[in-house]
Amino acid sequence: MTKSAGSIRFILNDRDIALTSVSPTGTLLDFLRLERRLTGTKEGCAEGDCGACTVLVGRLAGDDLVYESVNACIRFTGSLNATHVVTVEHLAAKDGALHPVQQAMVDYHGSQCGFCTPGIVMSLYGLWLSKDNPGRAEIEKTLQGNLCRCTGYEPIVKAAEAVGTIRPDSVFDPLMKARQDITARLKAIRSNETISIGDEAARLIVPGSAAALADVLDSYPQATVVAGCTDVGLWITKQMRAINPVIFINGIEELQSIEETQEGIVIGAGVTYSAAFDLISACYPAFGRLLDRLGGEQVRNMGTIGGNVANGSPIGDSPPPLIALGASVTLRSKGGRRTIPLEDYFIEYGRQDRRPGEFVESVFVPSLPDGELFSVYKVSKRRDEDISALCGAFRIGLDGGNRVQSARIAFGGMAGTPKRATQVEAALIGQPWNEETIKTAQAAFEQDYQPLTDWRATATYRMLAAKNLLMRFFLETAGERAELVRFEETA
Amino acid sequence: MDKSTFEERKTIAGPMHSALRHDSAHKHVSGTADYIDDMPEPAGTLHGALGMTDRAHAEIVAMDLLEVIATAGVVCVLTAKDMPHSNDISPSHLDDEPVLADGLVQFHGQPAFAVIAESRDIARRAARKAKITYRDLPHFTDITDALENGAELVTKPLTLQRGDAEAELELSPRRLAGRMRIGGQEHFYLESHIALAIPGEDDEITVWSSTQHPSEVQHMVGHVLGVPSNAVTVQVRRMGGGFGGKETQGNQFAVLAAVAAKKLNRAVKFRPDRDEDMTATGKRHDFLVDYEVGFDDEGRIHAVKANYAARCGYSSDLSGPVTDRALFHADSSYFYPHVKLTSQPLKTHTVSNTAYRGFGGPQGMIGGERFVEEIAYALGKDPLDIRKLNFYGEKGSGRDLTPYHQQVQDNIIHRIVSELEASADYQARRKAIIDFNTTSRVIRKGIALTPVKFGISFTMTAFNQAGALVHVYQDGSIHLNHGGTEMGQGLYTKVAQVLADSFQVDIGHVKITATTTGKVPNTSATAASSGSDLNGMAAYDAARQIKERLVDFAAERWQTERENISFVPNHVKIGEELVPFPDFIRQAYFARIQLSAAGFYKTPKIHWDRNTGRGTPFYYFAYGAAVSEVSIDTLTGEYMVDRVDVLHDVGKSLNPAIDIGQVEGGFVQGMGWLTTEELWWDDKGRLRTHAPSTYKIPLASDRPKIFNVRLAEWAENAEMTIGRSKAVGEPPFMLPISVLEALSMAVASVADYRECPRLDTPATPERVLMAVERLRATKA
Repeated sequence: MTKSAGSIRFILNDRDIALTSVSPTGTLLDFLRLERRLTGTKEGCAEGDCGACTVLVGRLAGDDLVYESVNACIRFTGSLNATHVVTVEHLAAKDGALHPVQQAMVDYHGSQCGFCTPGIVMSLYGLWLSKDNPGRAEIEKTLQGNLCRCTGYEPIVKAAEAVGTIRPDSVFDPLMKARQDITARLKAIRSNETISIGDEAARLIVPGSAAALADVLDSYPQATVVAGCTDVGLWITKQMRAINPVIFINGIEELQSIEETQEGIVIGAGVTYSAAFDLISACYPAFGRLLDRLGGEQVRNMGTIGGNVANGSPIGDSPPPLIALGASVTLRSKGGRRTIPLEDYFIEYGRQDRRPGEFVESVFVPSLPDGELFSVYKVSKRRDEDISALCGAFRIGLDGGNRVQSARIAFGGMAGTPKRATQVEAALIGQPWNEETIKTAQAAFEQDYQPLTDWRATATYRMLAAKNLLMRFFLETAGERAELVRFEETA
Repeated sequence: MDKSTFEERKTIAGPMHSALRHDSAHKHVSGTADYIDDMPEPAGTLHGALGMTDRAHAEIVAMDLLEVIATAGVVCVLTAKDMPHSNDISPSHLDDEPVLADGLVQFHGQPAFAVIAESRDIARRAARKAKITYRDLPHFTDITDALENGAELVTKPLTLQRGDAEAELELSPRRLAGRMRIGGQEHFYLESHIALAIPGEDDEITVWSSTQHPSEVQHMVGHVLGVPSNAVTVQVRRMGGGFGGKETQGNQFAVLAAVAAKKLNRAVKFRPDRDEDMTATGKRHDFLVDYEVGFDDEGRIHAVKANYAARCGYSSDLSGPVTDRALFHADSSYFYPHVKLTSQPLKTHTVSNTAYRGFGGPQGMIGGERFVEEIAYALGKDPLDIRKLNFYGEKGSGRDLTPYHQQVQDNIIHRIVSELEASADYQARRKAIIDFNTTSRVIRKGIALTPVKFGISFTMTAFNQAGALVHVYQDGSIHLNHGGTEMGQGLYTKVAQVLADSFQVDIGHVKITATTTGKVPNTSATAASSGSDLNGMAAYDAARQIKERLVDFAAERWQTERENISFVPNHVKIGEELVPFPDFIRQAYFARIQLSAAGFYKTPKIHWDRNTGRGTPFYYFAYGAAVSEVSIDTLTGEYMVDRVDVLHDVGKSLNPAIDIGQVEGGFVQGMGWLTTEELWWDDKGRLRTHAPSTYKIPLASDRPKIFNVRLAEWAENAEMTIGRSKAVGEPPFMLPISVLEALSMAVASVADYRECPRLDTPATPERVLMAVERLRATKA
């Protein structure tokens, strides 16, 4: 593991790229703008929140070629092996004729200052490739990761609606036309060989398999494991931290499976939010609705549930529902595997039960037993693409007499880790499932949590809202409308 | 080009009043519109980064930059003493704004040095290696702290007074007093600040700057370098958004790039990271309004007395005119028989606040709307009824005088509001909402109709001037340049339409060129919504001059009267003869006709005496109104904007597509200001919401779910503006005051609408929930 071996190979628009020298923390955006002078892709925030840098990345999922929008500003170049990077420069025809998505944006006056526009075009292009006639909810969901400060979005949404009626097979489209060719080229690049580039001072490693990852981590226990780059990206662009070596695991196929079993679902550590969405939504609809509000589309296409768990953030969105559902996490190292309840993984703020040489391999989420009630609510300043002020997940089992038999409640944003509300649970268990019980149990939140005041919310608000979310959960189980919904249908 | 089509066409492509697309739209969507960071860099270009301090208020005891300088790839480090002539870039000329902090830190993040390196990444990393020793001084960041600590004022306050407010408050049948906190706002232009300085011969330098005010950048660069303005050329083709944030705030980056470029004789680019941009550049002013209102049982206002205290930050910047404009709009659309308004521009240890769309006007106006809302809740009436009762009357009604003694002569607010009230079905919907609220326990709704009347002109009379430079080349193609800047608002498109219309040529023949101090001098900032009013008229004047010469020429050449000559679509008509425009121009050239002109315009009629608080600061007013309907969740304070209807006055629109874009965009931006956009400082005086991860501007999914926007098509400017149009940049920003008031009504429903919820802004879910709790507690 000390010698350089291999290169990062991908396709950029129509060109084959093979990089034998790559900074482990170099971003795709800098590569495009500084090295390739593809300046259509813009830097707006360098933290994956504005979408001005949106490009599509095509990858093989099995033998299928799928294109997804990503934030080039926090995507490391080293994570692009065996992908097809598509920038805004690739859309228009060689004679300059605009792509229908671009033309619609012109026709509906969807740009003003124009700086966010290439990113918005790419997000809409991603949608256009994958959906016929998207509805407003789908369009808004696609645009959750794209900020526009000029237009108020109305003309952009109208452009997306209008172009949705024109289908890829009816017009010239560069990706449709080259689909077979690109698939073949990516298959030729794809390999199970481990790539290692650089020297001891700056090394990046792309393990070819989970076993190889375990070996690498055994050699480099101090290494930083990167799945989606959506968190570690900011360590570099904002904090300018030094990390070395960097291990990119997003290409390891074994970690990308998500399966339903008799007992529940097993989510590989490399499964992105987008890839997990359908199954999670089917099994736990409220969890699906939460994922709809996590980051923007680009972040969901990059970020993984494994990463959300592994980094131990107290405000990660997936741990509260996972803990409430009784999830466990499997850690793997060269020495073997161990599985622990997820709530035990979070020891304290900034500290998790991950030993040197270990990596998160998968998360297991048990099925919700028949008749158990489950929901999860996120409260944030802005509804979409915001970090939780608090996020509360509730799972209640009732007996035949409508008494609380079991309760698992977990919150994010209320403590230094995602944490169960054990006192509240105790106050509920054995009690009749009614408003009086809820009012009594609300007081127990004071024993479970001492939240902080910060820019997302005051401690007072967090405590009050947490109590009220329990009331919301009760009211909804009683059939009363207690949550605002923008669109009745889900995207 | 297909000439036959041209000859058949009855009108030109892209005349005034047509819904033409933005001139750069095709480039925006294909990524080929170049912003400064996209331009090819001159060989050997160096990159700058700010060295930022981490105290809100402190003396710098020592600054150890050895490690910074020793970093591989660092070329030089600049500090205050490296400014060749002056370290000051105060746009108000009060000498209170250092380029780099010189011994004294006055806000957390204030730059104290700059690193110039071979790459931006090297410069940024090196900048963090400085070791600065401070002696801490007491700091205060918000208005209350400033008031308690007897903070000084950054500039002279203003008083507007008419009648005797004090005495009339005593005499009024009813009287109330209150306080409102209004939050600031980050511009969040998508393109951060940037400057690229390229050194020239002798004292010359060219600076590409993302600025709304190239002339000021020119002056500041000249001032700091100690060279005359004629040595400095400042250029900008387009900005990725401005919103006022690039009126004065680009000076710092342009000056630092220029100083380094001259010192090193290499091109230098300065592009701060988003977080650095948000930390080191000014924002919209926060205000604290203390008010007393006297009124009668019907709801008619007798007297208003209000003080507008503002968080100005550590220096004056534009705080004087911003706080002035707040007072100019504290009347909103209402006649105050007796009034006394005062401003208090407070110094705080925060970044110096600056221009932002509306320029204090929105904060002034939201105060006025709060007065009305208070009266309505006090009397148990619909706020709309109170509004109608207090609107300015028609000219000569005796109810048409503003607190600054300007007569409102073009009042159309009654018609705007009554049309909107009907088209939005306001009355029936309000009734339905009140019914809904009686049965819905958790979810509550609110609806509000609020008006806008916004004064157009720079209150500094001298700024109301503009120039344009127009060349017609021998082939009939036209080159357009003017002093206005393009930040997305479509100014270049509108002015090109003016020119196409004037010459009656298709707009494709008009080449729009980058704004440069070398072509049109002594320009004002593209601000105060004035861009197309001023520059459109200047371009019109340039075209007029050239056309005069062309008509003279044609009259002589064709031996006919001047009145027989006219400019018709793509031709000049001389008697019965139609001469294609390019052929005609070629003949004019050979006859040695000057085909270039510098146009000029100054706004007539306006004058303003700040010392007496009297005058006619505004050439005219722009009007509008909006109805907003919202839902709130009384368990969490979360909310949604369900429907918005807007009727807005842009006079006779120069370009309805662009104007509707300004109205929709202004609405959503204003809604963000009043709802989710919160600037939050910690106890160390650090701004903690300094990136989009923490500072939340509206998303597509936040825009009104139903959004009906109409222009008042019957409207026409009463004044002789270009094409009888009206300014549009700022006025729509205030339409979403209706969203705040609708939220307020939904909150008020928990206490049977008997108490004004006094929602401060931004009305985050937290503020909404706390207001719900407060009202429930009072009711109980």
